[in-house]
Amino acid sequence: MKEYESNNYDVIVVGAGHAGSEAALAASRMGEKTLLLTINLDMVAFMPCNPSLGGPAKGIVVREIDALGGQMGKAIDATYIQMRMLNTGKGPAVRALRAQADKELYHSVMKNTLENQPNLTLRQGIVEELIVEDGVCVGVVTNTGARYRAKSVVLTAGTSSRGKIIIGELMYSSGPNNSIPSIKLSEDLENQGFKLTRFKTGTPPRVNKHTIDFDKTEEQPGDEEPNHFSFETPDENYLKLKEQLSCWMTYTNAKTHEIIQNNLDRAPMFSGVIEGVGPRYCPSIEDKIVRFADKPRHQIFLEPEGRNTQEYYVGDFSTSMPEEVQLDMIHSVEGLENAEMMRPGYAIEYDVIEPWQLKSTLETKIIDNLFTAGQMNGTSGYEEAAGQGLIAGINAALKNQDKDPFILGRDDAYIGVLIDDLVTKGTNEPYRLLTSRAEYRLILRHDNADMRLTEKGHDLGLINEERYNAFVNKRNDIENEFNRLSKTMIKPNDDVQSFMVENNFKPLQDGILAADLLKRPEVHYGDIEKFIGVVNVDRRVKEQVEIIIKYEGYIRKEKANIEHLRKMESKMIPENIDYRQVTNLATEAIEKLEKINPRTVAQASRISGVNPADIGILSVYIERGRIAKKEAH
Amino acid sequence: MSMVTDYDTIAAVSTPPGEGAISIVRLSGEQSIEIANKIFKGKNLATVDSHTINYGHIIDDDKTIDEVMVSVMRAPRTFTMEDVVEINTHGGIVATNEVLQLLIEQGARLAEPGEFTKRAYLNGRIDLTQAESVMDVIRAKTDKAMQVAVNQLEGNLSKLIKNLRQEILDVLANVEVNIDYPEYDTDELTTKMLLEKAKQVKTSINGLLKTSQNGEILREGLATAIVGKPNVGKSSILNTLLDEDRAIVTDVAGTTRDVIEQFVNLDGIPLRLIDTAGIRETDDKVEKIGVDRSKNAIDTADLIVLVLDGSREIIQEDTDLLELTSSKKRIIIINKNDLSEKTDKASLSSYITGSDVLISTSAITNDGIDDIKEAVKKLFMLGIEDSRNDVLVTNARQAGLLRQARVSLDEVINGIENEMPIDLVQIDMTNCWEKLGEITGESYPDELITQLFSQFCLGK
Repeated sequence: MKEYESNNYDVIVVGAGHAGSEAALAASRMGEKTLLLTINLDMVAFMPCNPSLGGPAKGIVVREIDALGGQMGKAIDATYIQMRMLNTGKGPAVRALRAQADKELYHSVMKNTLENQPNLTLRQGIVEELIVEDGVCVGVVTNTGARYRAKSVVLTAGTSSRGKIIIGELMYSSGPNNSIPSIKLSEDLENQGFKLTRFKTGTPPRVNKHTIDFDKTEEQPGDEEPNHFSFETPDENYLKLKEQLSCWMTYTNAKTHEIIQNNLDRAPMFSGVIEGVGPRYCPSIEDKIVRFADKPRHQIFLEPEGRNTQEYYVGDFSTSMPEEVQLDMIHSVEGLENAEMMRPGYAIEYDVIEPWQLKSTLETKIIDNLFTAGQMNGTSGYEEAAGQGLIAGINAALKNQDKDPFILGRDDAYIGVLIDDLVTKGTNEPYRLLTSRAEYRLILRHDNADMRLTEKGHDLGLINEERYNAFVNKRNDIENEFNRLSKTMIKPNDDVQSFMVENNFKPLQDGILAADLLKRPEVHYGDIEKFIGVVNVDRRVKEQVEIIIKYEGYIRKEKANIEHLRKMESKMIPENIDYRQVTNLATEAIEKLEKINPRTVAQASRISGVNPADIGILSVYIERGRIAKKEAH
Repeated sequence: MSMVTDYDTIAAVSTPPGEGAISIVRLSGEQSIEIANKIFKGKNLATVDSHTINYGHIIDDDKTIDEVMVSVMRAPRTFTMEDVVEINTHGGIVATNEVLQLLIEQGARLAEPGEFTKRAYLNGRIDLTQAESVMDVIRAKTDKAMQVAVNQLEGNLSKLIKNLRQEILDVLANVEVNIDYPEYDTDELTTKMLLEKAKQVKTSINGLLKTSQNGEILREGLATAIVGKPNVGKSSILNTLLDEDRAIVTDVAGTTRDVIEQFVNLDGIPLRLIDTAGIRETDDKVEKIGVDRSKNAIDTADLIVLVLDGSREIIQEDTDLLELTSSKKRIIIINKNDLSEKTDKASLSSYITGSDVLISTSAITNDGIDDIKEAVKKLFMLGIEDSRNDVLVTNARQAGLLRQARVSLDEVINGIENEMPIDLVQIDMTNCWEKLGEITGESYPDELITQLFSQFCLGK
């Protein structure tokens, strides 16, 4: 292929999935002239697997992206067909919003946003090579021979990298959903010295709505009460329940399990065809049946893929069985006896960059000004990808602008937890964000993502003044309302006493502070308002005040733990440290530390294989070095 | 980047100061053997087999300092996992110090308190509870205390704590599944499970904490004050106890060098007698030692042995002491029962409480001495028949962390009773798990090691 010199950019983003879209938007909004290249423009922000966003941890990430000025929250708010708040029976820390997406609409809304973004060029093209000069990435070359130059490059290749689709005995080279795979880029990365590994993921079959017997399934409607992902979407935009589409639940049964058992020798997972490591938390149905043999049935969720399609996603039924077996499996399920399969499920195997090769900024350690994000870093999930894309895009821009990098801590955001886990601990299966991965989840709530991150987004130039001012007003309202409740005494008048009796509380002897009454279980903000009067503020302000007051004791505990973490995080490890000079470090620890090259003692302590004794030795070494330096001065 | 980084070779006298039969000077570090060789006349220590003991002399130029046995132990099969040399000297404190001085002249550095143990820990040889029990072995006052310490060195407490942590982790995993996968038919039994586990772990911790008092006593000795007006026979009781137990532990220097504490081994229970000097003095001197003098001793004592003269009527001074000690665990001894009985149980009835133990003794005939021992055991629930299998919590750091873990468990229980959501209750359960981890050093709070090792005495 004859190459030609094409245009120059500040940032080039390769891949326009969920990571690439956020990366390109962030970079261009931060003033960088940005090029977004993708294999197929009709698959921008495509959802190749489940047609939904959010859920525990992931839903919080979407809100964090929104608070930092990213796009995912706004895009889903414009395109959802159902909205549900999960974990409402639990505490505020783990409540999570989940939306069913109209996947076609989601794609076109995001594509439209990219197309209308100033400073951003969206173009179809397959990147085959990086241009690297003196260890710095300065551009890319596409299959059509175009040489694009840039100050920095963000790769978000997703599952396209040497992708292989597997259905039973059938295996062929392909990206997600029969798209063109990216082959040469992987080879180039290996030539550049990157260590790649193979991961596997999968997707279930889809069936035609008209062939589902919904009477045999359980309906799962959305919520009546309005909730959106973006802090900017007003409640009045919320779809009425009757405008939302339901999901439906059914189960596998003994017959389904029998079909799978009888055909295990044809399952690529077990016949040895698949080399890649699959996720434990989102296993294929054949995997579940083998591993949890004693479970008589497994749940299946039937999810609409959009308003203008009859395709239904058969959730939790991911499989790579041969097509004929998939058909039998589907037809064994109640409600799907006559279902017409529109697409078979498949497994896909792809290359990932082992994430220990990345810094916390998502810049690679091997090539400067080269960033990677999303599924190619070993994660799974649209939200995890988008969060990384945003951070990579921001840091690419900051690097070009010679500014300090942007790194979120484990106490700042789930995105911080995600990236720290990746670059510190690595992962040997597709990484899914879980709330249990966060140490401080009571602080990292979905409802306070704006409180945590809007200021940072504003500093980066990703939050405009109008939104910032609204945020500052909200913050002030929260403070004022908090103060009002902390100071207002509720007198034991008749109304109050009868309320106490109704709720099985002892009648009040004296007055009680509004805040103290609110702390009691089963007492809500609305009850307090009856006694101290209603203030005209947004419901989300009241929600914040209620959470802050009600869970004050627990929040305090987490904050104390965070203080401790911050102390450890403030102990920086010199960048040019030679771990082999640190006597008595265990060999395993030396290898791990050299590989990961942590920035702080706290990060080092999170590396598996580095034990507390190693951390002790390391701390002493660094401390001595500091003392020696001081004395030398 | 040049740093002072290598672990240099350290030296210290590892045996308690005093006139023991032998003292041990210990070296640890890469240059141990080289340094020892320079002052040793005998076999070439550089070529002897590892884990051998070698006869020879310590010399300073041509002058012989002492006749010694030198153990050479090469890394890594040593306590610190470094090369270790132990010089067994025969001389008293002067010769031993001279050996140490010579080693330092040859390039060793005087070890900081606890530095040998610190190295063992840092080199991955032992975990924290084990590090602590090393200290306990050294400081063990009796064989029984030694046995407990040895058990801990073998990791019994660690094992128990690790099991508890595993159990907590199992429940926490359930909570997490419940939170992260709300769409699945995970049962709502999780809260109940959490509550049950919290209660169960709390029971285990309570059990351990109960032993901590015993552990503390075994390690530190039971602070015992023998009080009574002059001439009631305090010192003869003391001497009988001392005679009875032919092995007086030793005079051990306490925190301040001025205070000498005396230990009595009472069937394996170390009694740390406080103000014994006072007791001895008073009997010798005509000078009357009043209630004031005893007050301090009484305040700090775990156990009061109040001695009355059974051959005389009780007087104001006796009743003052009875009142002063009424809130303490005490043994009231009516001594001199070989003489006439002027004071008996009946005459004391208005001064004694239900927990008091009254014993009638004669220091002359040894009558009642065994009763004293039994009483002490009963009072402190030290009916430890065989401590071989016992896991005892023997130090304040461990007990403190166990208490903190228990506080977290109480908060778990409270939280559930107050219908707090499970993901909040989980915060306390996780805190409990982390506190338990600190005991064995598995979770790593920053200052732990520094704090821990600075508490250790010199030479270990």
